[in-house]
Amino acid sequence: MLAFDWDIILTQTFSQAFGTQAMVFALAAIGLNIHFGYTGLLNFGQVGFMAAGAYGVGMSVFWLDWGFWPGLPLGVFYCLALALILGIPTLRLRADYLAITTIAASESIRLFVRWRGNRDRTGAAEGINDFADPFYDLNTLFTRPGNRSYEFLFWEYRADDLWVMLIGWTTVVVLLLFTWQLMRSPWGRVLRAIREDEDAARALGKNAYSYKLQALAIGGVIGGIAGMLQAIDKQSVQPDTFNPIITFMIWTVLIVGGAGRVWSPVAGAMFFWGVISGLKAFMRELLDTNAEDELERFLNLSVINIDQVQFMIFGLTLMLFMRYRPQGFFGSREEMALDDR
Amino acid sequence: MEGVLLTVDGEGESTTDADGNWSVPVSGPGTYTVTLDAETLPEGVSLADADRASLEVLVEAGQAKTTLFALSSGAGGDDADDGSGITGRRVAQLTVEGLKQGLYLAMAAIGLSLIFGTTGLVNFAHAELVTWGQLMTFFFNYYGLAGLIGFLAPLPGPFGDGVNLIFAALLGMVMGGLMGYALDRGIFRGMRRSGVSLIAQMVITIGLSIVMRYVFLYFFGGNPRFFRDFAGQQAISIGPVEITPKDLVAMIISIIVLIIVGGLLQFTRMGKAMRAVADNRDLAESSGIDVQRVISIVWISGGALAALGGVFFGLDQIKWDFGFRILLLIFASVTLGGLGTAYGALVGALVVGVVINLSTIFIDVELKNMVALLVLVLILLFRPQGILGRAERVG
Repeated sequence: MLAFDWDIILTQTFSQAFGTQAMVFALAAIGLNIHFGYTGLLNFGQVGFMAAGAYGVGMSVFWLDWGFWPGLPLGVFYCLALALILGIPTLRLRADYLAITTIAASESIRLFVRWRGNRDRTGAAEGINDFADPFYDLNTLFTRPGNRSYEFLFWEYRADDLWVMLIGWTTVVVLLLFTWQLMRSPWGRVLRAIREDEDAARALGKNAYSYKLQALAIGGVIGGIAGMLQAIDKQSVQPDTFNPIITFMIWTVLIVGGAGRVWSPVAGAMFFWGVISGLKAFMRELLDTNAEDELERFLNLSVINIDQVQFMIFGLTLMLFMRYRPQGFFGSREEMALDDR
Repeated sequence: MEGVLLTVDGEGESTTDADGNWSVPVSGPGTYTVTLDAETLPEGVSLADADRASLEVLVEAGQAKTTLFALSSGAGGDDADDGSGITGRRVAQLTVEGLKQGLYLAMAAIGLSLIFGTTGLVNFAHAELVTWGQLMTFFFNYYGLAGLIGFLAPLPGPFGDGVNLIFAALLGMVMGGLMGYALDRGIFRGMRRSGVSLIAQMVITIGLSIVMRYVFLYFFGGNPRFFRDFAGQQAISIGPVEITPKDLVAMIISIIVLIIVGGLLQFTRMGKAMRAVADNRDLAESSGIDVQRVISIVWISGGALAALGGVFFGLDQIKWDFGFRILLLIFASVTLGGLGTAYGALVGALVVGVVINLSTIFIDVELKNMVALLVLVLILLFRPQGILGRAERVG
């Protein structure tokens, strides 16, 4: 009676674990790791940086007519500006003020770009579409016409996605190496000193404020790169894809992997995205069987609200990990013994 | 008003008769969207709120549901309303709107601020307590005390049928208080005991807020809904200001409730204990105050107040993510007044409410919530302890 198509479930799990979504989340989480994992900054608005990066690219094509490539530095510029705007008023204060301001700012950015007065600049609620062709034109490895799909064991991707993944995962590796070197450097050690005890770092003559601002900017730019890749992947930037909920999915990914470790954001993103996609496929399969009526009647579960269950799982995972295993899978407990600042 | 075209999605359309009446028969109970074609309005008449040309209507079996569209006659004086001119009337209207929003916000903000004051925790899930109050009140308003339990439904009200909104709101407040208590008891008390850091607790409130929000969506659905009573009220004019009677009553109740809360904080033993704990927890504890009990009561009253705020906001419409939408405003209020101070939250909420509404004189309505962010950033730059906070190191 309950015969599942395990093939679909496994294909979903493995494809998504390496897919573009996992890649975007891994990148955003690398940025957040620099904020939270290494510096102890509570950035609750990482999606704002993603939006800044994505809109940099989109607006460069749509509004400024500069074309696609100048959009990348423009996105970086937006991220830096955002980091300064958020950081200057809040980083001198207790950690919660940054949290409040960033969550407020990320929502405000969404409201601002979807404002109808910005129709000529950001495309308002409809957003900007089909701007990333120059990126795909470089693709000579995978046949584009027809966007054929490639399959291998449990993995299944379309040609365009493969191209984005190739570039994206390469970026991930480069940024991991960058983070690794950065955190080994004297500069990175100061960041960790600030996370452990800001007063002690200050007493040693380090300008904690400036270091925190730099960390916010660097992590923000990495978040922006994640946003750009997402925009390229979807060939669209839309205000409502930069919903505050994304920030908290990134947090979940980071905490599950283990904050304060170089490669844990990637591990967290791949693991979590794989598991979630597998679970969703499983639920869809479950609804396909004749248990459907019972599920609908007793649990109110239907094809429409599977996504909602996904978000509940995200939230619950974040709570449980933070409560019982704040170091995640790979972090070290001592390093993540956050004190109250 | 004759000849105005109205369309009910998927059901048909109708034109108003000489008295402005119209009707469209619908196939069964459910939610319908009614759209008024503004083009067909007589000259000089326009919709009072252009964004409300479409209204969602919940029709129950065997019920003839009335849907009202608020219109305004576009005579001389009202032209100013559409433009950006600063007229005394417009300022007065917006100020009242702002006070209204501020009063409702204050109810949500006070709990947040008190919880921060007594435990040091910024509760990002506080907005969900606002939504919780709305939804619970909606539930009692429609289904009564036992509506969900199938075999009890045929009982007469207040058990089977829905109860009056005023009674339902009281029940909603009770549920809000219970939820506050349950959250503190079930989640946060244990963490305080085992010394989980405040930063970790803050991240946990974020997780909690996601879970709660999507549980609401799961059971309540994504469409906005309305209370059964007092829907579609006509605004009345008081001097230069137009306001619906329900909002007027809600504002008066808010003021009374806030005065009572202030009085309790100022004069009762428990209120003093709360302020003492907020002021200096260790000192309060060593002078014999049962801190855990104080914190419990803060959570209960914070939850109940947030629920009441939610009900008042819900007089317009009820939505699963309503609380989260005003989270920005709540935070701006609390920070403006000074995190941890109850009176500060009140003052901050009123200021934020009035400022963002008055700002629409100069900027688009869509952007008014952004003004709250601006307020937030400015206050953090120049007076991070807030209006009523003490000047001490907060960094």
